Amino acid sequence: MNVHEFQAKQLFAQYGVPVPRGKEITSPETATAWANELNTPVFVVKAQIHAGGRGKAGGVKITKDKAAVAGLAKELIGKTLVTHQTGPKGRKVHRLLMEEGANISKELYLSILVDRDTGWPTFIASTEGGMEIEEVAAHTPDKIIKEPIDPAVGFQGYNGRNIAFALGLPGIEPAVINPFVKMLGNLYRLFMEKDAALVEINPLIITKEKTVVALDGKVSFDDNGLFKHEDVQKMRDLNEEEPLEIEATANNLNYVKLDGNIGCMVNGAGLAMATMDVIKLAGSEPANFLDVGGGATKETVAAGFRILLKDPNVKGIFINIFGGIVRCERIAQGVIDAAKEVKITVPLVVRLQGTNAEEGRTLLAESGLKLDVANDLWEAAQKIVKLTGKAA
Amino acid sequence: MSILVNKNTRVVVQGITGKEGSFHATQCKAYGTKVVAGVTPGKAGQEVEGIPVFNTVRDAVKKEQADTSLIFVPPPFCADAILEAADAGVKLIICITEGIPVNDMVKVKRALRGRDVRLIGPNCPGVITVDEAKIGIMPGFIHKKGVVGVVSRSGTLTYEAVHQLSTLGLGETTCVGIGGDPVNGTGFVDVLPLFEKDTETQAIVMIGEIGGDAEEKAAEFIKKNVKKPVISFIAGITAPPGRRMGHAGAIISGGKGTAAEKMKTLEAAGVKVVKNPAEIGDAVKKALGR
Repeated sequence: MNVHEFQAKQLFAQYGVPVPRGKEITSPETATAWANELNTPVFVVKAQIHAGGRGKAGGVKITKDKAAVAGLAKELIGKTLVTHQTGPKGRKVHRLLMEEGANISKELYLSILVDRDTGWPTFIASTEGGMEIEEVAAHTPDKIIKEPIDPAVGFQGYNGRNIAFALGLPGIEPAVINPFVKMLGNLYRLFMEKDAALVEINPLIITKEKTVVALDGKVSFDDNGLFKHEDVQKMRDLNEEEPLEIEATANNLNYVKLDGNIGCMVNGAGLAMATMDVIKLAGSEPANFLDVGGGATKETVAAGFRILLKDPNVKGIFINIFGGIVRCERIAQGVIDAAKEVKITVPLVVRLQGTNAEEGRTLLAESGLKLDVANDLWEAAQKIVKLTGKAA
Repeated sequence: MSILVNKNTRVVVQGITGKEGSFHATQCKAYGTKVVAGVTPGKAGQEVEGIPVFNTVRDAVKKEQADTSLIFVPPPFCADAILEAADAGVKLIICITEGIPVNDMVKVKRALRGRDVRLIGPNCPGVITVDEAKIGIMPGFIHKKGVVGVVSRSGTLTYEAVHQLSTLGLGETTCVGIGGDPVNGTGFVDVLPLFEKDTETQAIVMIGEIGGDAEEKAAEFIKKNVKKPVISFIAGITAPPGRRMGHAGAIISGGKGTAAEKMKTLEAAGVKVVKNPAEIGDAVKKALGR
């Protein structure tokens, strides 16, 4: 789960990581009120959407004129920002972060994530702050500093010093080394205690006043860890999520919307991906990833149908089930019952294999429903592609 | 021969009185697995399908000489359950549970380091040695005793591959699900040498997917150490970038993590990579010259 920059910064502040004074703004009126209270020479107004590249898309405004902030807020709220991370449709701005400006002396990059190779939380740092870190990694990999943290003992002072010296902080500003190391320790605590998947500060700045400040902030959380953190759950902003994905989550389905025409419903994540791949091999494109999981029932299948059919791009549906824990006849009955509730207007191919597949196929064949039944994965994929009008 | 588990493996099921635990303990036992004990705190003295239940794994090991644990405990309590099993002295822990927080697994993996215990999973279907022991949730009947070792990050996609191998008459030796979580106990590189050494295994099927660099590590290992034919499928060539994987995730693996990159690396290591998951079985047959 992702959160907004202003929420990430609230967490930073809570953990003793310095951030600019700022506040969430949802109207021109609250912008003026906060500007009066903030009383700073430079005001920064930043659109809050769950995507990077806001600056280039015109989502960040800077002014020295207190009277201008209401106008900037009015301009940004309701605006749709298109960045390299939002896709061509863009993302509508519902809220802003307004904060004091900073005197930047040096910009750095900093993040923490779990290195899948070692299974250890690892700091990534770079002197190339403000740049896309993927670009830095691709073109100047020697500028990427990695510091793994032993989870048995947690962050130690030497970890922080390793990073500080590798970044060349003594040459930049020796006065910030101690506060910098302390801040890293606090970030590590935040990462572990809140079950974060990624904590990223880009840029982390050294100010002309010799302080370290998180000028930007991104935190995403491990969905599996959310049950421990009510405060984090409350930060969820449904405006930032695909409506069909919200509906899927509410029904315990794992759904990702894609751009193709063939909707698919599969049990198991690996098989769901493989099914998407097979659709492409057969000459078409998948409309989604949908894993109905191990405990698929009539209700989950019906919910799956409703979600697939709400996507106007879907011209055909491919159900691919390999029965293990899930028994095929139960899925077949689910399809039959769901088809009575949800009007299925597009061609449907059902492929059943595994536990009680034969019974399942018989049930479907005798149901009177308009659908094709298949045994084999490749045969089924070719069938649905053909039915939706694209030859393999 | 086989790898990891066989007809002598003595299994304790943690979380045996739960819905999943009792169902699958029963299924495993019916397959012929020696399920010798179950554990649910506070329920010692009960039985599940004739399997005695204990309060602690320590008791199960002491009274029934369990050497392998199969875990169905819900995610919030799962790290605790894995560490309990390790501490009680079992040598193999197979964790089926899906949804364990990554940072819990970070601590568990660290705690197991250097100890004489292997963790398989979490979020995996388990391990089966055909006709000897099924320790997991896979449907036993799709398996057929044969010559192919299977190792996979996926559940149902493994069943798909196994079904093809069985239908073609090739059959399997042992199938190992290493699980789909970012931090797990056992990787491809841990299982591959076991299959390479196993005299019954003649070919290896390796099923990977996008994310991380387990397949790249496997490719490196195979190039140097594996003489048996390896056939691989990597799921997710059509998966969009940036979904699920964090912004900085790509850095750690040096830009690796896409299906295309993994396929390329594996092919360069001499692995037969199939693009169509429906052709896994055929590719193995061809590799074995049958």
